[in-house]
Order: sequence, then structure tokens, then C-alpha cells
Amino acid sequence: MSEVLVLVDHVDGAVRKTTNELLTLARRLGEPSAVYIGSGEAPVEALKRFGAEKVYVVDDADIKGYLVAPKAEVLQQLVEKASPAAVLIPSSGEGKEIAARLAIKTESGLITDAVDVEEGAVTTQSVFAGSWTVKAKVTHGTPIITVKPNSAAPEEVAGAGAVEQFAPTISEAAKAAQIVASQPRKSTGRPELTEAAIVVSGGRGTGGDFEPVENLADALGAAVGASRAAVDSGWKPHSFQVGQTGKTVSPQLYVANGISGAIQHRAGMQTSKTIVAVNKDDEAPIFELVDFGVVGDLHTVLPALTEEINKRKG
Amino acid sequence: MNIVVCVKHVPDATADRRFEDDNTVDRVGVDGLLSELDEYAVEQALQLKEKQGGEDVEVTALCVGPEGAVDAVRKALQMGADRGVHVVDEAIAGSDAIATSLVLAEAVRKVGTPDVVVCGMASTDASMSVVPAMLSERLGLPQVTLASVIEMQGDQVRIKRDGDSATEVIGATLPVVLSVTDQTGEARYPSFKGIMAAKKKPLETLTISDLGIEAGRVGLAAAWSQVEETTERPPRSAGEIVTDEDGSGAVALAEFLASKKFI
Repeated sequence: MSEVLVLVDHVDGAVRKTTNELLTLARRLGEPSAVYIGSGEAPVEALKRFGAEKVYVVDDADIKGYLVAPKAEVLQQLVEKASPAAVLIPSSGEGKEIAARLAIKTESGLITDAVDVEEGAVTTQSVFAGSWTVKAKVTHGTPIITVKPNSAAPEEVAGAGAVEQFAPTISEAAKAAQIVASQPRKSTGRPELTEAAIVVSGGRGTGGDFEPVENLADALGAAVGASRAAVDSGWKPHSFQVGQTGKTVSPQLYVANGISGAIQHRAGMQTSKTIVAVNKDDEAPIFELVDFGVVGDLHTVLPALTEEINKRKG
Repeated sequence: MNIVVCVKHVPDATADRRFEDDNTVDRVGVDGLLSELDEYAVEQALQLKEKQGGEDVEVTALCVGPEGAVDAVRKALQMGADRGVHVVDEAIAGSDAIATSLVLAEAVRKVGTPDVVVCGMASTDASMSVVPAMLSERLGLPQVTLASVIEMQGDQVRIKRDGDSATEVIGATLPVVLSVTDQTGEARYPSFKGIMAAKKKPLETLTISDLGIEAGRVGLAAAWSQVEETTERPPRSAGEIVTDEDGSGAVALAEFLASKKFI
């Protein structure tokens, strides 16, 4: 069976959930080979647990100071070496850029933002703000597919996890865009927005007071999100933004509070399994999407709801 | 200094977007406009020009698309770009991002030696967010992408980039490919003066043979990926809406969440 390369998404060696999802999907296409680009000890055990048959370990000492391009060269050289059935990459900003360069380098077709990958590398995408579903496949070269978070339920299957050190040759041209400084995002102590099973978001209707939104999120064990209006008002940093120019989320439950539901916001959350909204305006377009909606003031409804949830949790 | 800003003409996101029978995006039956996210690119191109003092800086708006797509170039000219280039050719229809980036790269070379190629962070239709990186790869220029803040001094450019797990400062030496997010700031509206002036600005139309590209390398048949099926998602079935009265909303919502096992 052919190898399927999976680019490991990690923060300082801590493997993110998206990687487990990609390894799970990769098994449908062949034998998953995790590609770990990082420093220190490679998280081989974590990758084995979700079915990695092989782990390519690439020391990033020489490349971590540069943006995107060196990682594309690493994958290009691994594609040439392993002739994989496909390359799966997390659908993040950086992941899509790596995939873009890799597609040009290897003369391969590219599919981004897949929400499912089936046998034969047939992908499913959700497009036009979630209003259409597209099935597609790559017809030239090595299928290069970026996959959105929450696209598969990670399955624990023991893989061989054979470690292979790989030393890439990085061109000078790939070192043209330098990472001059890096400020790791402060942990909020809550689940990561794109990975969370439940997302509780606030918009203009919060008036800048996110406390009721955050308290509800904590009662539900949820991540906190924000609409563009809330971000533009400076109430939350951009990393909280859900929508076309922020994060796309597809949780089991999305709770929109004081968010009208403009198309730009819908683009980021419309594929959520269950949608709930609280809004003062009964004409707000968000109510067209919801499974359950409350017309009311979030400043009274959310605290009461949080109390009710905490009471039921006992 | 030469600044080229890439602009895409897209179906209006607030309209009822759909696919054609051949699974390509309907670009005729739905009103089109300059992609909102490319307005930010035009704005930053113009701001770069203004900060450089203006006179010896030329901003070229470049668009690849069918005849109607010239509207995107016109909008950029009205906002303040100096000249427009529209690559229009029947052979291009149905091109994937790979072929589109090829046409854009050759058109950028044709325009002259660029110092900065500016793009939006993504289109609002395909929203792949890959063309800037592809252009960087094809042109052999550093990519400084997904910028929320841009600073330029001499031939040095620095941007702030909100990555997935960190906020980074990226630095490079001109020439570069730059992509900008909506965090860079509101795009200007064309003034009446700008609209009048745009009519007299040069607008060149090119075909792929002008760019030395063989027809077989672009278009639907040359795409390296193929759409097998497009289906409209059924509208979500209407949910239950209740009006909160003295705390009834919270109780009803808690009931709903409990029925779905979220509590």
C-alpha cells in the first residue's frame, strides 16, 4: 500500500487534535506517514496511537526562522522520495500556503478546505458560506489536500511508528521571508476555537461586555468566539473572530449571542451541527439558521441560562 | 516603484450564488463585483504609494476574468490605481488556482519589474487563500502574506501576521508578494473625482497568447483537479423561536440543550 503523507500540526511538540483527524482520514487512502517538522524529541508515541506507520522526523533548527517556503521544500523532497498516494495538510492559513507552493513544485492538483476525504482521495467541500456541497478529486500529480478541523472523529489505531530521520536540502530562496519575532498566543484555558465541540460567540449585542458569554462558555466547557463587529470594536482580539476573514468552525453546538448573522459570519459557522441564537431583534437573519432561538436580551437570558445549566449539572 | 495589485471579480456574496451545469461557478447569472477582500489590497497598494510620496510610484490593477470582470479593474482605478490590465480569454474559463496563478504571474512579468505584488487574503467565492503563495513560488519572490499591519522602509518590508498559534513579525527585502487581511483597515470609497478620472486612465486588455501561454495550459480541461458533483444544501429546517418573558427564554433554551444532551 502507498504511503500517505500527513503534515503534523503541533505546538512545540504537542500534537494538535487536527493531526489525529488527518491520520484517521489518511488510513482510508493508504498507510499514514506522519511528517514531523520540529525540534526536540519527536512525539512518536502520540502519532503511533492514531495509526502512523512511519514518522519522518525533520529537525527544524535551520528552517524555523523562515515563513512557509522551507516546509514546502521539505514536503516536495518527501513526495519525490516516497511517491505517496496523497499529502494531507491542516487547513490553516499556513497549511494552505504550504500546500499551494507544494502543488506548484510537484505539478499536482490541490484541493483546500476538505471536510471529508474518501477512498480514491475524493474530497467533500462546503462552499458559498456552506450553502453548497462540492465533491472533487485531484486528476494530476499527487493529490494535495488541506483538511479542515473537525472533519473526522479521530480513531485510535496502533501504528508501527517507524522513525526515519530526514535531512532536507533547503534553498537560499526559501529563506527570503524571515520570522523576525514571534509572540505565542496566550492560552485562554478554554478549548481551541476551531477544535471545540461547543462554541459560544458574542457580537455587537454584547455592547462590549463578554462576561455573560464567557460564563456560559465555561458552564458548557466551550470555546469563546466573536463576530467581526465585536473584533472591529476592539472587544476581542482577531484570533477570536468567526467568519469569512476569521476562523471557520464546525462544532456540535454553536451559540450565537447578539450576532445578527451577516453572510460573512455565516461563512464561518453555517456547517455547525446544532445552532442556537439569542438576539433582541426578532428579525435578525441568524434566526433563519437556528435550531432554537430566543428573542431576548442576552444580558438577562445568558446569566439565567448559565445558572440553569450549573443547577442541572448539580 | 511598481506596485501591482491583483483584483478578482466575484459573484456577489449576498446574492444567491450557484454552479453551472458543468460545475463551474456561475459568473454571469449572478451580479459580480470586485471581491471585498481585494478592496483591502487596493487600499494598501494606494497607501504604499502615498507613503512613498506618490509621484514616481505606479499602481497597476491586474485582473484575470471574463469580459464583465473589467468592472473590478474599473473599481480599482476609481479608488486611485493608475492603470489597469485585464487578461481576458475564452481559453481561461474554468481554470483552477494553479492555472490562474500562472496567468497572473506571466501578466505581472509583462507589466514590468514589480517591487510589490499585492493580493487580498482570499477571494470571496473560492476562498482558497492560495494564489499569493503560488505567485510567490512562480515569481521567485519572498511571500509576506496575511498581513494585518504593513511597514515599509527603503527596500525593507515588515508585516504583522496573526498565525495559528502565534502572532509573528515577518521581514523581507523588496521585491515581494504581499497579501493583506481585512485587519489592515477600511478601504476607501471612490470619490466623484476618482470616478471621473478613472475614465481617462489606461486600461490594457491582454490575451494568453500576449503572455506567451499555450491555451492547453489553462481552462477547465487543463485543471489538475476535477469537480465531480455540486449540490445545493437543503435549507436548514425552521427551528423553534421563543420570546423571552421573565426568564422563560433561559429555561426553554436549557430544556432544548438538555434534550440534545449538551447539558
